[in-house]
Amino acid sequence: MKVHLRNPNREIEVPGPISVVKLLKQLDFNRESVLVISDGTLIPGDALLSDDDQVEIRPVISGGAVAK
Amino acid sequence: MKCRVCKEAAVIDIRRHNANFCQDHFLRYCRQQVERAVESFDMLQPGDRPLVAVSGGKDSLAVWDLLCELGYDADGLYVGLGIGEYSDNSADYARNFANERGLTLIEIDLRDDHGYDVPTAAAVTKRVPCSACGLSKRHLFDKATLDGGYDVLVTGHNLDDEAAVLYGNVLRWQDAYLARQRPVLAAGHGFPKKIKPLVKLTERETAAYCVLRNIDYLVEECPMAAGNKHLMYKNALNELELQSPGSKAEFYFGFLARAAERFEHERDDASSLGTCNECGGPAESDLCAFCRLAERASASEPVPVDFILSPKRSGSKARRKKRAASPAAETAEPQSSHHQELGAAQ
Repeated sequence: MKVHLRNPNREIEVPGPISVVKLLKQLDFNRESVLVISDGTLIPGDALLSDDDQVEIRPVISGGAVAK
Repeated sequence: MKCRVCKEAAVIDIRRHNANFCQDHFLRYCRQQVERAVESFDMLQPGDRPLVAVSGGKDSLAVWDLLCELGYDADGLYVGLGIGEYSDNSADYARNFANERGLTLIEIDLRDDHGYDVPTAAAVTKRVPCSACGLSKRHLFDKATLDGGYDVLVTGHNLDDEAAVLYGNVLRWQDAYLARQRPVLAAGHGFPKKIKPLVKLTERETAAYCVLRNIDYLVEECPMAAGNKHLMYKNALNELELQSPGSKAEFYFGFLARAAERFEHERDDASSLGTCNECGGPAESDLCAFCRLAERASASEPVPVDFILSPKRSGSKARRKKRAASPAAETAEPQSSHHQELGAAQ
């Protein structure tokens, strides 16, 4: 599946099927710090994503860009 | 995953409440949390005219939308900070939000209206950009609220913001900042009443609210605030929250209920402030801090954002950080840390 990441904008491929919670764990995201979005709505943690899906992992922490 | 209320498919889980919600019931939950904050902290009265400090980000647009949903006649105020493309984009999001909903957005531009911008002020003062930015915004928000006859200034600080500021201020026992860390600050001595109606919502929840309400907001973060301590505290608290849901709320609301009063006597006495000869606002000397900054920065040639972000300047920043690593330097340099700037804003 295509996964759109932010700050900076980039896209990666992750093989499905995989649950949202496992995807976040695999990519080392804290689920308290991001939302998973597809087609303008939220995808809950137990949803199973397939190879054909396109999702955005959007950070929700504000207060400055991540230091480079 | 089923909605706690209607048992339909849920779109979000709120682990600290051990609850899942569908779209409609999540939006209702957000409105209820804001209503409860407004009531329990006596933030607004029916008929009050609030002015919302709007940045184009998720929190300020969410709080503006929520107050309108709850029936308040709220206007917005956007301050153009002159931080290159970031400021251009943030202004577009704020304007689009207001235009689409027929709301009034007041705009102030630091460069056009006061002759300087944040990168130039940072270069002139040789301080972190967040310092000049916070000082400028606080002054302009306060002045616009009072000049416009608004009853209250609204900011989009959420539970994560408040918990992170508290964490930073407790780490260094900043008594005076702890004394000011409240969801409501009363009006007086040239300052308007200030409220934070989002204190019962996390920023994951305010972001989710925006997505589900189709509120388009600026996801990118300010390049000039990169790597600040506030962000570090938020990440630390979210690690705790992951292992122990509800920790952030327990920390912040526990402080308000059980400890905040103990710092009350440390609060700065604003009654001793004089009046600024330039703007008429509260001041410790002939000129207030904002007018002194504007005088210095507007006399300088404009400094581009890239200069502030350049490796050469970053190098000097790194050296400052290295100096700050010693305990002595930490106590000698408290003014530049972002958590205190946010603390002072509240």
